[in-house]
Amino acid sequence: MSEVKKKRMNMSQAINLAMHDAMALDEAVITLGEDIADREGGGVFKCTAGLSEAFGTDRVKSTPIAEQAIMGAAVGAALAGMRPVAEIMLMNFITVAMDQVVNHAAKLRFMTGGQTNVPLTIRTTTGAGFGTGGQHADYLEAWFAHTAGMKVVAPSNPADAYGLLLSCIFDDDPCLFIEGLPLYFAMGDAPVQGERIPLGKARIARPGSHVTVVSYSRTMVEVMQVAQELEKQDISVEVIDLRTISPLDMDTILDSVAKTGRLVVAHEAQVDFGVGAEIATRVHKELFGRLKAPVGRVGAARSPVPFSKALEDEFIPTKRRITDAVLETLK
Amino acid sequence: MTDTRSPDTATLLDIYRKATLIKTADDRFIELIKAGQIASPYYSPRGQELVPSAISANLRADDYVITTYRGIHDQLAKGIPLKPFVAEFMGRATGTCKGKGGPMHITHLESGLPVTTGVVGSGLPIANGLAWAALLKKTGQVTVVNFGDGASNIGAFHEALNLASVWNLPVVFVCQNNGYAEHTKYEYGTGARAIVDRAIGYGMHGIQCNGNDVVEMWSAAREAIERARNGQGPTLLEARTFRFRGHLLGDDGHYISKEIMDAAVAADPMPALRSWLMEQGHATEEQLQAIENDNREQFEEAVQFGLNSPYPDVSELARDVFAEEAGV
Repeated sequence: MSEVKKKRMNMSQAINLAMHDAMALDEAVITLGEDIADREGGGVFKCTAGLSEAFGTDRVKSTPIAEQAIMGAAVGAALAGMRPVAEIMLMNFITVAMDQVVNHAAKLRFMTGGQTNVPLTIRTTTGAGFGTGGQHADYLEAWFAHTAGMKVVAPSNPADAYGLLLSCIFDDDPCLFIEGLPLYFAMGDAPVQGERIPLGKARIARPGSHVTVVSYSRTMVEVMQVAQELEKQDISVEVIDLRTISPLDMDTILDSVAKTGRLVVAHEAQVDFGVGAEIATRVHKELFGRLKAPVGRVGAARSPVPFSKALEDEFIPTKRRITDAVLETLK
Repeated sequence: MTDTRSPDTATLLDIYRKATLIKTADDRFIELIKAGQIASPYYSPRGQELVPSAISANLRADDYVITTYRGIHDQLAKGIPLKPFVAEFMGRATGTCKGKGGPMHITHLESGLPVTTGVVGSGLPIANGLAWAALLKKTGQVTVVNFGDGASNIGAFHEALNLASVWNLPVVFVCQNNGYAEHTKYEYGTGARAIVDRAIGYGMHGIQCNGNDVVEMWSAAREAIERARNGQGPTLLEARTFRFRGHLLGDDGHYISKEIMDAAVAADPMPALRSWLMEQGHATEEQLQAIENDNREQFEEAVQFGLNSPYPDVSELARDVFAEEAGV
């Protein structure tokens, strides 16, 4: 394992470091995806740069543009005892490979009575803000969280991305690892090399007492800014970064909401039938009599991701909408 | 055909044993379902017995075979133990998959049966991954993936063949072309003159053979498997065959003309193989009967084992969903 010299890095660099460290640690770790080898440029976002030079093109394979083939090969390799990391360039392209993810990766442990497992990590990126329109920027995590047998992870910063990706790769179940596209370019603290962050554990990103806001991935950026701004109005917001969407860390959420009595869930995915709905219903069940306000939900507009900047800026959960949702719980 | 070697007597009798075991299993499963002792949709392999029996005669125990929900012949030919196999059909806790997979999702790792898919075409991309792992681990294992003519029209087929070719993987793609994709006759659903013609589009070796002819099938399989084992890459092997008992049990076969069915019955590979083995002096009728009787006895033991086995405990719903037993 080469030593990290940087104190700060972006998420793309953190993921690249995690991949290097995982592949150095265990020969069973292999990776495949479109353009990921160095001959093809080491990945569109450079997350896999240097891997094929370091570990060879037998373990680091560029693929044709064929997501079913990518995901199927990853499932098969996982069945044979490898720990494949399949890169799906953009989250919307997983739709092409849904059969392999949902019918196979997620279910094979159960359907075989525990004879096999699928220690597969799917790395993918997504997010609005780049003018890529309706088929390149959706947050689809709820589909996978809805599927028994899948784990869904969505880091919000470089250090978390590193530690969570290592945990996904060495987890014995299929994990979907969502990399918020704008986060690739945002600097953050460097990870402690080799340190894994456990799956299924949320993090209190900021302690507070009046309102709990639960978020993950890119929306954490806006949520933290809103919390800072509201502090000036003497509104104390406790921010929980989920890190892992499924399995959901309800203990951390319930402890916080038991204290604040108020909850807003903010994510870039659609609100309807989403992660916020799941959290809200679980909170209502456990803390029904202790809530001081209905649970608020903030997400993308109920539309496909639009192209025009004028629309796209308002499509995502903006700071204004997050702020409004927090204030609504305080009325 | 570039490989004209013939199987020896021992190999032929092994193929016959497997083929007759498949036929016995098929007959008995249908009886058990009709008697209400098995509650499951059932896809009969009757007529396709020789294809996997001849293929498996060329495989190592640790080679992988992937098949589909209508693949009990492939599993039996690969050597799945009968007791847990039948128990799985009955949804019992002693089944290969503890009754949680069922006939459409038989897995038995020790027999080299890692996955049986219920989705047409999905086994092909998975075969590539098993083969990639075998290359990385230098085990010399070959992966055989079985599917029907209908599966050659789904996207997964094309993505998988292309990738296998580009990566030069040790996979044998076996298309058991029985002439019908569910109820749709070959030419009404498939644009290619023959499935094997699709190999050339992927720069892949292709072989077509009569899957109902034991020597041809064995020889074709041997060629494809040897190529894979020797690093010469994947093969698309089209085995021409026929299925007598429809897509799903209860299917009346109205979409198959009387002429086609009569001709197929006249060419039924099972009685033909039996007669041929005797004519060629490979076995006497008594020897073949002994094989058949032995199959029936073993299968009956498995049936009794299954019927006497417990159903899975309801707690199994929460087990094997995730590595952590209770799930989340």
